[in-house]
Amino acid sequence: MHGEAENLGAQALAPGAEVGGFRVMRLLHEGGMARLYAVERLAGDPPAFPLLMKIPSLGFGSHPGCLVGFEVEQMILGRLRGPHVPRLVASGDQAGTPWLVMERIDGGRLTDAVTRAPLDAAEVARLVGAVAAAAHALHRQNAIHLDLKPENVLFRADGTAVLVDFGIARHAELPDLIEEEFDLKAGSGAGIAPEQLQGRRGDPRSDLFALGVIAYQLATGKLPFGAPTSGSAMRRRLYIDPLPPRAIQPDLPAWLQETILRCLEIRPDARYATAAQLAHDLAHPGQIPLTERAERRHRAGPLIVAKRWLQGLREPGLPASTPSRHLASAPHVMVAIDLDDRRDTLARAMRRTLRRALHAEPDLRVTLVAVLQPLTFGEDATPEVAHSQQTTALVALRHWARPIGLPLEKLRIHVAEGSDAAGTLLDYAAAHHVDRIIVGARGHSALRRYLGSVSARVVAEAPCSVYVVRPNENNP
Amino acid sequence: MRTALLADIHSNLEALQACLAHARREGAERFVFLGDLLGYGADPLACLDIIAELAEQGAPVVRGNHDAACLGGDLHEMSLTPREAIYWTRKQLGPRERDFLAGLPLAIAEVDRLYVHASADQPEAWTYITGAQEAAQSLAATSARIVFVGHVHHPLLYFTTPGGALRSFQSVPGVPVPLSDYRRWLVIAGAVGQPRDGNPAACYAMLDAASGAMTHFRVPYDAHAAAKKILNAGLPERLAWRLTVGQ
Repeated sequence: MHGEAENLGAQALAPGAEVGGFRVMRLLHEGGMARLYAVERLAGDPPAFPLLMKIPSLGFGSHPGCLVGFEVEQMILGRLRGPHVPRLVASGDQAGTPWLVMERIDGGRLTDAVTRAPLDAAEVARLVGAVAAAAHALHRQNAIHLDLKPENVLFRADGTAVLVDFGIARHAELPDLIEEEFDLKAGSGAGIAPEQLQGRRGDPRSDLFALGVIAYQLATGKLPFGAPTSGSAMRRRLYIDPLPPRAIQPDLPAWLQETILRCLEIRPDARYATAAQLAHDLAHPGQIPLTERAERRHRAGPLIVAKRWLQGLREPGLPASTPSRHLASAPHVMVAIDLDDRRDTLARAMRRTLRRALHAEPDLRVTLVAVLQPLTFGEDATPEVAHSQQTTALVALRHWARPIGLPLEKLRIHVAEGSDAAGTLLDYAAAHHVDRIIVGARGHSALRRYLGSVSARVVAEAPCSVYVVRPNENNP
Repeated sequence: MRTALLADIHSNLEALQACLAHARREGAERFVFLGDLLGYGADPLACLDIIAELAEQGAPVVRGNHDAACLGGDLHEMSLTPREAIYWTRKQLGPRERDFLAGLPLAIAEVDRLYVHASADQPEAWTYITGAQEAAQSLAATSARIVFVGHVHHPLLYFTTPGGALRSFQSVPGVPVPLSDYRRWLVIAGAVGQPRDGNPAACYAMLDAASGAMTHFRVPYDAHAAAKKILNAGLPERLAWRLTVGQ
């Protein structure tokens, strides 16, 4: 058999070589750490998707981190599920050289978009939103990628983002095999988050920083921190912030700069709490509350930089957290509101439920959703009437939420249109990673029967927990 | 094939039965006993019956310091409470039980694994693996890739790193940890019969040969029944209390 004398990774395998029950068809990619091959199964039914084999480039003098990255990828990929990661098919070892066979994603690559950058805001939002959704799916499985960059993002034909290369990823329920001091490559110079540089590998918001770097690059064509290779050059981002994107691209919308700079905040708790919140904002840019970030035109001055530098010296070591624990404090709570239901007792009971959630889950996001019946033709179905209906609903929802005293940042309002209220609510919940739905129980009058069927169907079909709130008339 | 590894049973019949039943439900086809079958608890004979039967069917069983103490010798290195339990246990054992205990080896090697109660380094010294240094000494004393131990009543894993230093990992109960082929591992199985990490649920380890992964399981059992038997046997009250709180 050719190409597999002693060391699988020493040189590229020729087409036809056989490894662990798979036949090499062709070399796809030769990187510094590994070679990728298109392979097929030698026996049995062919799988429903194309296959890729990854073999580390282990030769004389190769980086020892190579093998560690392989162990980590094998361990973590084997644990992950869903459309946002390639499926691990098999793994093995041949004379000391490991190999992995996984699903091959033949769709687009985020690097292609980078070559076209700067892109318009809508495309940046669409691409980064897709990657954020993938990152959130990972975080929900208690894992963090820690090396998100365009090279590690592929797309399925339907636009679903797929994250690859889990060589320095972290899974909170598995041992961390990465040794910071030994594995020089504990992140990529362009996208590594400040806290990663301090050796913290447990915060899912590190991936949000990397998403900010990707968004910045797509929106401006430039990297916010360059691509430093030395640790000291990377550590500049601990106190020096990037040039605001609108200083490079003046026509960039304010909301996009707000979003990007929030991802690039030095302190993780100043960033979006979850990738789902980022994706949600990118899908509804009009709802993003703008802060000073949106209008910034310069980097922070020397005084602020000096203050950050001093703060960094005093920064206490934060307690280790896990993605699951972090996500538990930052759920996306969707409140389905029936604007025709005028019962004050129900509104009060629902707001009380929200206040309790705000107390227990300080990083939560609340989205109030109302569903309007579409206007039928022949009536007053002019765009003006529809618009005024929308506006009335938005105003009513804001008014509904006012007594809760939710900070602007935590509240989003959405008026949807659909003749099928339950279906519209369920679609919204699925599309925006909603963790909990709060819905009012139907009243006792016969008029409420139709709406009652809405809450019943939401309960039955929701992708998450549903709280059905019923006002207690005797003890309001 | 799945193998259940049980350490520190300490004459706790309720915990042993609960763990064996749990392991069988989880697909265990083999059992390994990592020592300290006796001591502390009130059911030495019933526990030995079960273990000896499994040993006859091929289950490896190694000797722990409490098992050795039950065979005789002075106990001046043992503190008062366990010493009292050992004296009590000695009186329960017949010749058959003593023969079984006397025949137990200190360590058993199997494929790329070693089973030993305390440390692979001088097993008879009953060294506690309380940190990376003791774990490293234990791994240095054997060529086995994976060492399974008991003795320390807290479940934990140690693994080698390319840099040389050993690191530890606290597994999550029920979550399999792949034991990478490119490293060496020391697995503390946790205690079946007397957990001391604040969780009174019995603890054991399961090794899945096909996937190369190890899982710590926590099994709730009727600790109050075991505690009541300890009180009824006239054993120290503290031994009963600690089962109910896992201390």
